[in-house]
Amino acid sequence: MALTDKDIKKLSHLAKINIDSKDEEIVLSKLEGIIKLIDSMQKVNTDNIDPMSHALDITQPLREDVVTEKNQKNDFLKLGPESNEDYFIVPRVVE
Amino acid sequence: MKNLSLKELNLGLASKKFSSVELTKFFLNEIKTFNPKINAFITVDEEKSLQQARDADKRISQDNMNELTGIPIAQKDIFCAQGWKTTCGSKMLDNFYSPYDSKVIELFNQSGAVNLGKTNMDEFAMGSSNETSYYGEVRNPWNLDYVPGGSSGGSAAAVASGMAPAATATDTGGSIRQPASLCGLTGLKPTYGLVSRFGMIAFASSLDQAGPIAKSAEDCALMLKVMAAHDTRDSTSIKQNIPDYLKSLDNPIKGKTIGLPKEFFNDDLNQEVKIVLEQVIDSYQKMGVNFKEISLANSHLSIPVYYVIAPAEASSNLSRYDGVKFGFRAKEFKDLEEMYLKTREQGFGEEVKRRILVGTYVLSAGYYDAYYLKAQKIRRLIADDFKNAFKECDLILAPSCPSTAFKIGDKTEDPVSMYMQDMYTISTNLAGLPAISSPAGFINKMPVGFQLIGNYFDEATILNFTHQYQQITDWHQKTPGADV
Repeated sequence: MALTDKDIKKLSHLAKINIDSKDEEIVLSKLEGIIKLIDSMQKVNTDNIDPMSHALDITQPLREDVVTEKNQKNDFLKLGPESNEDYFIVPRVVE
Repeated sequence: MKNLSLKELNLGLASKKFSSVELTKFFLNEIKTFNPKINAFITVDEEKSLQQARDADKRISQDNMNELTGIPIAQKDIFCAQGWKTTCGSKMLDNFYSPYDSKVIELFNQSGAVNLGKTNMDEFAMGSSNETSYYGEVRNPWNLDYVPGGSSGGSAAAVASGMAPAATATDTGGSIRQPASLCGLTGLKPTYGLVSRFGMIAFASSLDQAGPIAKSAEDCALMLKVMAAHDTRDSTSIKQNIPDYLKSLDNPIKGKTIGLPKEFFNDDLNQEVKIVLEQVIDSYQKMGVNFKEISLANSHLSIPVYYVIAPAEASSNLSRYDGVKFGFRAKEFKDLEEMYLKTREQGFGEEVKRRILVGTYVLSAGYYDAYYLKAQKIRRLIADDFKNAFKECDLILAPSCPSTAFKIGDKTEDPVSMYMQDMYTISTNLAGLPAISSPAGFINKMPVGFQLIGNYFDEATILNFTHQYQQITDWHQKTPGADV
């Protein structure tokens, strides 16, 4: 499947990565190389094959719904580029 | 102290020939001398390391030591370590000091090992040459114009140059075994689920697995003994009895069978690598091991399948880097949307962005079935090939890499040619199997390794066979500068 400029803009939006318009062409050509590589899967017949999402056949372990970690709220808040008391600060989203 | 094995270092510490402080100072000094050229370490913190060394000396004086107490170990900068800058090779985490320890770091701390520093790596472990790091490329100690491999290139270069006795590493598609092969070291990727991923920065969660890079199978056995443990904080961590990998190193291997996948030993195999592998086969035959041709018929699909699954998981995992809760945030933006767009544009390097875009593409509406689901189905075919193969053999022998190290800059413009570096390693990650790369010789003065793949949780047999090979060869003892 050939990619277009429109696809690159859509991917940039979905992945939340800005792509400078002067770089679009090179991004597109390198992505096309990779898409071509992965398209080689298409000729394989996979009828009636179960998808494998995990290396081992294990089930999700369950545990009691109790707090197991110590509270490090302040340590984690300090990691944010901008925070105050209980919140991480982001640009205003509600007018 | 430079070329001693972990066991010899342990004996030296136990017999008070040297203290952990002396040992740590020695390696910190080696780092001062060699790191400016090789760039294997991103972060060194002498005071933190020496404090751990002093604590270890106290333990040793109280006869409360185990195999790694007091021994300095280099830690890949993918493992969160409390109070240490933990970057994963990315500008995105350049200001990130972890508030907690990963399970792997916790286990080394409990054993009394000294954290010698955080090693350089491809950004978010995405790369096969250590050229995608925000902190600059790592150089191969065997020839500074060449790459050390990746993504654990810093760990491999640190051990190969003698700046560290051993190092931790991680392997999502070959990132332990390929740099081990390119730097003349032994590197073990354990079975998926054996080593906890808690606090190990995620790339592709269904493939990522931590393991050691060291100078020998014996050293790897010692490292794995510390690293392997069940952890309730990683829901994919397996509850498993951990055998004493050291005890089985000398088990007899006579009469056992190694499988040779015909798909790996075809005309595509580099002729010089083939000659080296034939010598390895010859060595094992002399020890009474039988060889049998097997088939991994779908192995040629590993790279396309991997480059759907790994980027898909990465695009999801790396969505956490949004400039809100930790890490880098762009300086100028007009609203929240633009803050995300610019933070991720400026914080990620080219290869990481490329893989996020590929992952976003294969998961996007209309393409999910054609790519992601298709890849998961072929992943099962690849894993089933191995299951069938292990009905006929104890281990599988394979090349580690298509060639020896390549020159810095040679493959940076063509991502697909870089991806081919992992053509012999990726299938085991997809299946979740353990595999090792061990030194097997030299081609034009650069090291080359061979790979042994084992059945699920059969690290003991892999280490046993590798150790036996290393008893009758000395490739693993060669160090840069040696006449090879």
